[in-house]
Amino acid sequence: MSTRLAKGGRLIDRTAAMDFHFNGKVMRGFAGDTLAAALLANDQMLMGRSFKYHRPRGVVGSGPEEPNALVNLGRGARLEPNQRATTTELFDGLEATSQNHWPSLEFDVGVVNNYAARFMPAGFYYKTFIHPRPFWKHVFEPVIRRAAGLGKAPTEGDADRYEQAYAFCDVLVVGGGVAGLLAAKAAADAGQRVILLEQTATLGGRTPVDEADIDGTPVDTWIAAIESDLRARDNVTIRTRTCGFGVYDHGYVLADERVADHTPGDGRPKHRLWRIRTAKIVTATGAIERPLSFAGNDIPGVMLASAVRDYVVNHAVSPGDRTVIATNNDSAYQTALALKAAGLEVPAILDARDTATGALPEAARAAGIRVLTGRGIAKVKGGKRVTGVAVCTQAGEGAVLEEITCEAVAMSGGWSPVVHLFSHCGGKVKWDDNLSAFIPDASRPPVNHDGSPMVSVVGAAAGCLSLANILAGLRDVSGKTAIRLPDVCQTPDGSVSIPPVWVMPQGAPIQLRSKMWLDYQNDVKVSDVQLASREGYQSVEHTKRYTTLGMATDQGKLSNINGLAVLADSLNEPIPQVGTTTFRPPYTPVTIGALAGESRGEIFQPLRRTPMHEWHEKSGAYFEPVGLWHRPYCFPRAGETHEQAVHREVLNTREKLGLLDASTLGKIIVKGPDAGRFLDMLYTGVMSTLPIGKCRYGLMCNEQGFLSDDGVVARLDEETFLCHTTSGGADRIHAWMEDWLQCEWWDWKVYTANVTEQYAQIAVVGPNARKLLETLGGMDVSKETLPFMQSADGTLGGFPARVYRISFSGELSYEIAVPASQGAAFWEACHKAGASLGAMPYGTEALHVMRAEKGFIMIGDETDGTVIPQDLNLDWAISKKKADYLGKRGQARTFLASPDRWKLVGFDTLDGSAIPDGAYIVADGTNGNGQRNVQGRVTSTYHSPTLKRGIAMGLLKHGPQRMGEVVEFNTIQGETVKARVRDTVFFDKDGEKQNV
Amino acid sequence: MLILTCPYCGIKADETELSPGYEAHLKRFGPDASPEEFEAYMFARKNPKGVHFERWRHAYGCGKWFLAARCTATLEVFGTYPAQVGEPPADIIDKIKARRPDWKGYK
Repeated sequence: MSTRLAKGGRLIDRTAAMDFHFNGKVMRGFAGDTLAAALLANDQMLMGRSFKYHRPRGVVGSGPEEPNALVNLGRGARLEPNQRATTTELFDGLEATSQNHWPSLEFDVGVVNNYAARFMPAGFYYKTFIHPRPFWKHVFEPVIRRAAGLGKAPTEGDADRYEQAYAFCDVLVVGGGVAGLLAAKAAADAGQRVILLEQTATLGGRTPVDEADIDGTPVDTWIAAIESDLRARDNVTIRTRTCGFGVYDHGYVLADERVADHTPGDGRPKHRLWRIRTAKIVTATGAIERPLSFAGNDIPGVMLASAVRDYVVNHAVSPGDRTVIATNNDSAYQTALALKAAGLEVPAILDARDTATGALPEAARAAGIRVLTGRGIAKVKGGKRVTGVAVCTQAGEGAVLEEITCEAVAMSGGWSPVVHLFSHCGGKVKWDDNLSAFIPDASRPPVNHDGSPMVSVVGAAAGCLSLANILAGLRDVSGKTAIRLPDVCQTPDGSVSIPPVWVMPQGAPIQLRSKMWLDYQNDVKVSDVQLASREGYQSVEHTKRYTTLGMATDQGKLSNINGLAVLADSLNEPIPQVGTTTFRPPYTPVTIGALAGESRGEIFQPLRRTPMHEWHEKSGAYFEPVGLWHRPYCFPRAGETHEQAVHREVLNTREKLGLLDASTLGKIIVKGPDAGRFLDMLYTGVMSTLPIGKCRYGLMCNEQGFLSDDGVVARLDEETFLCHTTSGGADRIHAWMEDWLQCEWWDWKVYTANVTEQYAQIAVVGPNARKLLETLGGMDVSKETLPFMQSADGTLGGFPARVYRISFSGELSYEIAVPASQGAAFWEACHKAGASLGAMPYGTEALHVMRAEKGFIMIGDETDGTVIPQDLNLDWAISKKKADYLGKRGQARTFLASPDRWKLVGFDTLDGSAIPDGAYIVADGTNGNGQRNVQGRVTSTYHSPTLKRGIAMGLLKHGPQRMGEVVEFNTIQGETVKARVRDTVFFDKDGEKQNV
Repeated sequence: MLILTCPYCGIKADETELSPGYEAHLKRFGPDASPEEFEAYMFARKNPKGVHFERWRHAYGCGKWFLAARCTATLEVFGTYPAQVGEPPADIIDKIKARRPDWKGYK
């Protein structure tokens, strides 16, 4: 049994008992417990099931490296899957359920995979389910998907809020152990602004558990003293529960602060994402203990020696009455001594080394513990719980010398420095033979913008595993401004040596190797890596993906090095030759909520409103997003569907009067002596010859020749043009203009200004349009004074107005720009004056239908970045005389100049229906993939309320030469729609309605 | 996230203030260009691992385009300079040569 000890526990408060639920069972723990510690105190060693074989799994570690003890935490809108019990602080009322089992944790049907494990080696899924192909989609994938997946996705929206904050400093220290505290002090002494981050709730790291005193002062007292010293300083900020999880370019660091994980629902943000910019980074992230690879090393009760020590010392939790220690280094002896000090039994220490003569082994012997050198574990006995170990010689093949009864096994395969943050932004690691570990290569650090080292590493993270040497190295620089601490990268001192023990026993046969777990969560064993190597995998990156080693939520923190070592051994190459996989942020998983921060719901992205937005809202407009704008799609009346509203708006505009909020239309002023010359380069047509007061339609292409934007250009005076762009294109086109002016033709005298938001623009459209303007009064808008494609400045109803007589609907139409501040008032004035003329607002969909009825193209419908103006029969808008314009050379390329291009035509469906959006025009035969050949596609398709039938435009191979021919469009249902090819102008071909 | 100093307004701009414009010092080829010239202008990019010259716009600042010389492998920045030049300034060339003796030049 694992249980709570009667005394001890440096982190727990026995006066603050807390009740919590695990799989519906009520349990009790104390303030200061982690969920894992509290579960162990309640004899709940079994915490989950593995991913592939559904093997019973208990907790292995005591920190973020934990692969097994993952739980669903909370419920409903606060359910979070895959939370590590080892880093979850206990709180009163906590609810957790275990994962990856059915029907229950104790009895799991999926465990049959375990008995079939022999038939499910590395790459099993790739190898087995590849044939027959259709079976994958309909049989294998659904079954595998149901069986796979750790945890449950929440079904409700997250009830919590998250926030993001910025911070700036000279030195950022990540890790609040002794090395981190000393580094922070040294930097602070030198007068630098310091931020110290610690992922747990308390400072001090491992030292309070592992050491008795620092210079004769009890460790906890020493830590409290340096903490209060640092907290008292103005230039130091300490943040606990904050994991610095990623190092990025030029001193940019992201950190996740778990503000209210342990106090859910108290009104504070759950997490706070820190975006920190620092001049230098010091990582003091410590080291993570490695497991040993022996048969049955995943049976619940087998734990890291350091974790056992943590639970005993920090939480007064016993993993069992009798714990056998297996190790290849001295640090595990501390666990034996800690257990002994707590009154627990250590039947034996199995040390794989031939001799063990250090101070700790001697202390263990002096305490009466049986130390067996040159020994290892042949096999752990037990199923859902350790019952004993079989002992063998490390040098042999696993012949059992004796069996020892025990409830727990504490193992130590050495220590892996946490080099992640050093490596995130390009720092290189090197193999240290003495430590059998990768350590930061101080000569190849990540660099800052000026090429100086950006990250330095101190303490165990640098491979400096002895406290005495950490202290000596860091105290030396404290207070000395001449030595800037961040230049210091500590190095291993050689005082700690860890011999390589990658398999136990070293000559283990396949029966044992296939029970030695490397990656606990993804069920990758020594035998799987060896199989991958036999099958020809040589690159560590490929082996990782093939076996899934290190691809679980712990990202290989626990035992990637063991896996690399086994691979290197199989390949008969040294470990540094095989190399390591790339360390990428985040160091620990970060919840999406923290990354999103406040950007959710209404403020997910900025909303651009026209001056008339409020009027639209009050009038019940149904909006659609256009870029960041929200534009009315239609203005449905009571009882109307959107489609009915659109049809009413179209008919009313064609018969009487429609008003459109066109304020989103891009408006760019281009001014200067060279403005005309510049526009001649930008547009395919000629703009420099445009007379003052006239309007001209223009097309813009990119350098490849593809149509990019269109709009009407008005010349306001000799040197001033106003270029209209599409609603979504204004910012892009303005940037495009600036790019050419600043980077290519910087000697041309042209100034541009994007004045889109400075004007409200209203389209007054329909047979009564002129009557409305005359009712408003103030300027002459007659056919003679203001003919089609002309503009004039004046006043209308007292509003200063610029009136463009242009039409995107085929109706008599004026677009009127007024200052944005007067837009709403002018819009209301138009409605008031237009009431007796039948004025109604119309939305973007009615605009689309009317422009399609007239065969006008729409950027984004008729174009998709692969269409040139010539494809749309817009040759009339392309100057033949100009020597150059942007896109001219691109359009001359043979593929674009080919007569076989798909070209724009109109379509009449034979049955009068509307062709489905996105439909292709099918051709005879099939292509190499067995798919039907195509010869074109629809680009715009609507039901025309004016013509009371479906209308469509589309691109068709040789289209203009095929008038009258009947072609077939496919539908998603697999049917076809027949349509007759025609010209693109469906309504008022001669333009009689707009020229009145 | 890179920091580049805008040579116009002098601000050390965070990458979120900037918009990228890809390789710098390209020569535009227009209507008379041969297919090879046009292809090189349109598509052939160096994309080096190492010293690289790039166009950036201080889009959420002064709005100016500028050029930056930096190392794509280590992210070291050798300098930024206005876009209205035909080739990189001599002092930046000198700095790159000092920092990267093996560098073959920007062309």
